[in-house]
This record gives sequence, structure tokens and C-alpha cells, in this order.
Amino acid sequence: MRLTCLALAAGLVCLVGPVAAQPWDLLDSGKLLATGGVSQIEGAGGGGLANWALITGYGTRDGIGANLHYTTVLLPDYRLQSAGVAIGLFDRLELSYAWQEFDTQDVGAALGLGLGRGFTFHQNIFGAKLKLIGDAVYEQDEWLPQISIGLQHKENDRGAIIGAIGGRSDEGTDYYLSASKLFLAQSLLLNATWRQTRANQFGILGFGGDKQDSYSAQFEGSAAYLFSRRFAVGAELRTKPSNLSIAREQNAWDVFAAYFFNKNVSATLAYADLGSIVIRENQRGAYLSLQAGL
Amino acid sequence: MKKAIPVSFAMLLALTAPGISQDTLFADMGGQAGIDRIVEASVENYLADPCIKAVFEESNMDRVRAQFKIQFCQIAGGPCQYTGHGMAEAHKGLHLTNADFNAVVEDLQDAMDKVGLPFATQNRFLARLAPMQRHVVTK
Repeated sequence: MRLTCLALAAGLVCLVGPVAAQPWDLLDSGKLLATGGVSQIEGAGGGGLANWALITGYGTRDGIGANLHYTTVLLPDYRLQSAGVAIGLFDRLELSYAWQEFDTQDVGAALGLGLGRGFTFHQNIFGAKLKLIGDAVYEQDEWLPQISIGLQHKENDRGAIIGAIGGRSDEGTDYYLSASKLFLAQSLLLNATWRQTRANQFGILGFGGDKQDSYSAQFEGSAAYLFSRRFAVGAELRTKPSNLSIAREQNAWDVFAAYFFNKNVSATLAYADLGSIVIRENQRGAYLSLQAGL
Repeated sequence: MKKAIPVSFAMLLALTAPGISQDTLFADMGGQAGIDRIVEASVENYLADPCIKAVFEESNMDRVRAQFKIQFCQIAGGPCQYTGHGMAEAHKGLHLTNADFNAVVEDLQDAMDKVGLPFATQNRFLARLAPMQRHVVTK
């Protein structure tokens, strides 16, 4: 009897649902808080430095989510900024665009390449991510993580300078495989990404170099502990190739705290260490990122 | 007194022997009284939730509450035997979406917040409910 009643009630919902459906109904904001992640430095859904297998935004498999982000990294000798837009389609496909600016402040002039103070590099980054298998959130009874593949195509506007410091190209494409798993009973989210890349400092200093021009396999991983639905604290590690002989490159890591005010606004604050960048060592500083969307 | 010794020995054995499940979730949720409070608060939220209330429109809510209390008790590892419908059967034909499922999760989280259950304990319980998504969401 109860089943019949339930079915009747649902039938009503069902009838009303599709008939009244409007395009904006696709913006369902139906995912659980924080499960769309924040915007990583290249614009993909993820953490700060590290990518996630999760699709950005709050659209479920029946909907669409989208967001904007702004990120700034304040280092002792440089400043990195990123702004972008990303869209998640049916919790399956993610498309993203990010614009990055790297301000060399006093270092540009010190290099003696004729660059003035405040010389900047810019990148346009076009990303796509496809969820292949698994569900990081629901499948708590399985070991299989959520697995996605993706690419990030990067175009840098300083080809001549990149050539002068030994870089081989002003554009390049990273390819990656990401796995994410929420260990809900432990309140822990783990992410691991295998990235094939030629990028020097994320592509800010171009692609390939005099020391190594080929793709190399790099790792990025993160762990986040959930203190509440709104608040997560964690750490990330990202390895990078060192392709340029004049600019030794090191691994990057950070510790972060992310706060989700609601499904529309989140803020991430981190202490990030990007290591040595060109002629300056120990580039450690504050990382701040804001995301707004649905 | 004679009886107490073997009982406590058995308890000690249960606590120390490997392979014996030490499922403390039921106790950590406040036993049946705690679970009853969570169910009362969550059903109140479902009925106030515009996305969810239609599902219960024609239901006998006393019966729904009673079923939830037994089912939650069993899932938490308590001494109950849920004999109601299986998840797939109970939700057949409801055409529930992931957004519906998540709305129910959020209402339940709000209820667990209201009764003061720590977030980490909430997640231990939710981890056991999460795999139901594949039986509940049919749309």
C-alpha cells in the first residue's frame, strides 16, 4: 500500500518535472557541498597545485555546473595570478579556461636580458577533463577510485624570452590521469595525478629546454581532512621537470585550508613552496584563491 | 555475581581478539535513543524540504519513522533486524535523481548537526548509507 502511494506521489513529480523543465533547470546545484572542489592553479577542478578526478561545479549527472576563479600567489620575488572560468557537464566532462600572469618584479631587470622591472609572462590555458569510471563519493563499499583523464593546452606570450633562456617552445600540452577517492568514514579525501608534461614552471617559462626537451612523467597528490561540510585542511605535493640548465626547477608543495561558505562561494588559503624559480631560491608564500559559481 | 565474570570475560575477549568486529558506531550515535532523535529530526526536515516532501505525501509517517529507526539501528551495527523493503524495491518507480538523493543526505546531515552528533561520527554513518545511491537513484 505504501509503495503504491509512494509511486503515485512520485508519478506526479515525474509528470510535472519534464513538462515544466526549463534550460536553467540544468543548473541543478545538486552535488554535495565541496564535492566540486576548488579551482587549481591551471583552472581545472581540484585543489590548489594538484588536480582532482572530480568534475568541477555543482551540477549532478543530470545537470551543469559552472564557476569563476581568481587566484594569487605572493612569493618573495614574484607574483603569480590566475583567473578563469570552468564548466562541468553532467558530472562527466569538464571544460576550463584560465589566464595566468607571472610578474617577475625586480628579477626581470636583474637577469640582464633587457627586461625591465615588472616584466610579465602570460599564459592562456585551455583544459578538458573526462570522467572515465568510478564515483569518489558514493562508492564507499568499493576500493576503485574515481578516475579521469584530461589535458591542458597552454599558450605563452613570451616566445622570444623563452628561447633566450633555453626553452624550446612557447606552447605545450599536458596530459594527465587522475584518481580521487573520498574515504568518508575517515573524513579523508585522497587524490593522485600522473601528468605527462614538458612545461617549465607550469609553462610560465615555456616548454622543453636545453637539458631535456621530451615529455616526462610527473606526480601530483593531495590529502584533505574534512573538519565539517564547509571546512577542509590538507596538503599537496607536485613534482616538476627541470628542463632548463640556467633555471633549476624543484618540486612544489603546500598546506591549505579551504572554506565553503555555500555552493556559490569558496575561499582557499595556503602556504605554498614553489622552490627555486630562475635565479631566486626558496619561493615560498601565501596562496589565496576565491571561487564563485553554482 | 557468578554470571558477571564470564560476561565481562567475553567482553574483554571481544575487545582484544583480532578478527572480531569492534563496531562502536551504534554506541557512538547514542544507541537507539540517539538514533530515534536523528530519525525524528531528519523526517521533520524531509517533510519541510520542497524537493523531498512529495515522496512522503501519501505515506503513513508513523510507519516511515518506525522503519527508519529499525533500519538505521541495523546499519549502525545495533541489535535490530530491518525487515522492510529492500532499497531498490522501496524506491522503484520513484525516478529519484542524484540531486534528490543528495537533498536527503543534506537533510540528514542537518538533523545529525541538530542532535549534536560529531561530524566524524556522521561521516562513519553516511559512509554506510552512500552505496545505497546506486539502488535509490534510478533516473
